Amino acid sequence: MRINVIWYCIKQGVKNICRNIWFSLASIATISACVFLFCLFFSLIANIQSTIKNMEDTVGITVLFDEDLEEADILALGTAIGSRSEIKEMVYVSAQEAWEEFQADYFVGHEELAAGFAQDNPLAGSASYVIYVYHIEDQDRLASYLQALDGVRQVNYSHKVIEGFAGFNRVVSLLSLAIIGVLLAVAMFLISNTISVAAAFRKRESQIMRLVGATNFMIRAPFIVEGLLIGITGAVIPLAGIYILYSWAAGYLAARFSVPSEIFSFVPIENIYPVMMVTALLLGGGIGFWGSFFTIRKYSKV
Amino acid sequence: MIEFLDVCMTYDTGNKALRNINIAIGDKEFVFIMGRSGSGKSTLLKLLTKEAEPASGQIFVNNWDLGRMKKRFVPKYRRSLGVVFQDFQLLNDRNVFENVAFAQRVIGASSRTIRETVPQMLKLVGLSSKYKYLPQQLSGGEQQRVAIARALVNRPEVLLADEPTGNLDYENAVGIIRLLQDINRLGTTVVMVTHSQEIVDQTGGRVVVLDKGQIVSDEIC
Ligand SMILES: Nc1ncnc2c1ncn2[C@@H]1O[C@H](COP(=O)(O)OP(=O)(O)OP(=O)(O)O)[C@@H](O)[C@H]1O
Ligand SMILES: [Mg+2]
Repeated sequence: MRINVIWYCIKQGVKNICRNIWFSLASIATISACVFLFCLFFSLIANIQSTIKNMEDTVGITVLFDEDLEEADILALGTAIGSRSEIKEMVYVSAQEAWEEFQADYFVGHEELAAGFAQDNPLAGSASYVIYVYHIEDQDRLASYLQALDGVRQVNYSHKVIEGFAGFNRVVSLLSLAIIGVLLAVAMFLISNTISVAAAFRKRESQIMRLVGATNFMIRAPFIVEGLLIGITGAVIPLAGIYILYSWAAGYLAARFSVPSEIFSFVPIENIYPVMMVTALLLGGGIGFWGSFFTIRKYSKV
Repeated sequence: MIEFLDVCMTYDTGNKALRNINIAIGDKEFVFIMGRSGSGKSTLLKLLTKEAEPASGQIFVNNWDLGRMKKRFVPKYRRSLGVVFQDFQLLNDRNVFENVAFAQRVIGASSRTIRETVPQMLKLVGLSSKYKYLPQQLSGGEQQRVAIARALVNRPEVLLADEPTGNLDYENAVGIIRLLQDINRLGTTVVMVTHSQEIVDQTGGRVVVLDKGQIVSDEIC
């Protein structure tokens, strides 16, 4: 295709937008709102997921065994448990290690106090396994399985927090999908209206084009360009906004609160931005393209 | 060469606009179509531009069989026709040059072709000096000349004119007819619909008369 044909179509598309600037702006604003919310939820979900991931890595199930169990029996039991597929990693902490760890935590600077216990490990019988799973959802099932095992005294895990997070993640996902869906429909409707108005404006022009032998492609291209430009503009504005907002929020929160950063930490924007940007552009461009395509197909038949 | 073979045309409303039409128009001929309002003249032209389809019968134009033409060839076929209307159908936001150039731009002609042919066409219709004018700054006759230049700029083999003088006074009308005759002499087939017996009497030539969708006479006056 000739370069001046492409240029012509783009020029006509821009002209359509300018001639109908308020409708176009309304469409851009709706798409912007849609894409902005998408980006917001996307960032939120990315952060929740990263938090859950961190939990999976750092929050394990601790299994304690009956006090009369020999270490060899515990290890044998451990091997049996370790064959389950949802387990990513398990760490054995012997009674001796548990005691040493405890001393390190609580007798810092007062080592002489610990010396009083000398040969008598007060944590005897507290050998344990710490188990990490691949998917945090599996913790419940695994915990009840462990609880039921012979020789297991106690199973500790923070299921409330985890359940809460997984549930929150689900709610946010569903909510965002619903809101984005509604906005998408509104955006489609507005685009369709904008294109209809432009088509009415160009009725004579399209009619002449048809009669002098312009192809359907040529007749429709200005409208498709119009839709695409509206859609892409509607995506670029919130993308820029989110970039600034996110960087600012991450910096602000990091400076303001020193939450346990091992679990809660903002995902760096570079990690989520590429996927978010491509998806947002496809979303905006897609609404613009399909909205105008379906509308203009109604108006222009050979 | 244009040929209608036993063509009937019925609108969706059930209106029988044309019945058993048989016409043959040779290359480089000049033909008037006359008839009362509602007799089917415009419909006849719409069949030629493929804006409407016949209910039965066959239409041939320059070796194209319109009934069998695939959709994607319609634009190509239409480039061999030029069309002019009673109300000029110019684009009011563009000047004379751009109105004529429009017909070339939208079929993807190069800027060079446009720069060459548009001035030629404006010269042919006698509007070289007014190429920068907007349509509303021109008289009716001048506007129709712009429309004719636009119809001819892609060098069609056939020019279809639906009452091109309907909105013009007698003098302007005669001017347009002269122009169409000149164009015809240069080798373009012209089919022109008109109401005006005066004009036909003045110029003479082949006249096809329609009434209630049927041909009632077809003779040289
Ligand atoms: N789009 C349409 N739908 C239904 N009927 C139509 C349509 N266009 C024209 N007709 C009918 O078809 C018949 C022929 O119409 P046509 O426009 O061909 O007449 P005409 O000879 O061009 O008349 P005029 O001299 O007034 O332009 C008329 O009865 C008209 O009412
Ligand atoms: Mg008519």
